[in-house]
Amino acid sequence: MTAIGDRAPEFTLPDTAGEEHSLETPAVVVFTCNHCPYALAWHDRIASAARDYPDIHFYAINPNDAEGYPRDSLEAMRERVEREGDWPMPYLRDESQEVASAFGAKTTPDLFVLDADGVLRYRGAPDADYQDETLDAGWLRDALNCLRASEDVARPETDPIGCSIKWKQ
Amino acid sequence: MTVELLWWDGCPSHPEALAELRRVLREEGVEAEVSRVQIEDDEQAMRERFPGSPTIRIDGDDIVPPGEGAPFSLTCRVYRTRDGRYSPVPDPEDVRAAVRRAA
Repeated sequence: MTAIGDRAPEFTLPDTAGEEHSLETPAVVVFTCNHCPYALAWHDRIASAARDYPDIHFYAINPNDAEGYPRDSLEAMRERVEREGDWPMPYLRDESQEVASAFGAKTTPDLFVLDADGVLRYRGAPDADYQDETLDAGWLRDALNCLRASEDVARPETDPIGCSIKWKQ
Repeated sequence: MTVELLWWDGCPSHPEALAELRRVLREEGVEAEVSRVQIEDDEQAMRERFPGSPTIRIDGDDIVPPGEGAPFSLTCRVYRTRDGRYSPVPDPEDVRAAVRRAA
């Protein structure tokens, strides 16, 4: 479980093409998935932030149990990336669920913003309302702007909203 | 008119779905009790033909039919709003249309 001010765990995970990615900072680590409507509703806003902050490493990680939730299998992840075609961040598979567990992720989506030292500076939802696209991942962007300005994040933690992570039995 | 809301606690969307459903029923002048059915395991999901949370049925019919071959399991349903956005709850106008069909 990673708390605000803690150094986040390092990881190396495969993307949908089989390429391994190791955590580089500063970073946004987004636990997400294919089957959750909240994750889908917020996806474009998170992807837009990834394009707007090219100096920040973005990682989307799917930790869900694919046996119980086949729409979150590596194959389904690969199909989604190929179908959508414009992912500005790697979509990584956390098959063992160890990374999600180490971060203390609870839902999809659940965001973790890490500074250049890998210290957790923001954790929670992208913005206040999955329905309101105009919010544009404002909480995430506020945190990233603070990182860039070397300032403390004014709102370092919000409640992650979404589907519970599907842990293996 | 029988109105059912089937839900699973792995999804946080059922309070919003229930509030929207009650609002539409009130606006349409329908005095129906909403029967809430909690789905707690895969066996019950299969038995209830539960395609995900939340599912709203009026007179036994899903207000947004999930489609042929949709699996029955403990999962969150993905709806589309009328303007094409993903949503964890049905579009209120789809709820309203279903209520009017059944009234």
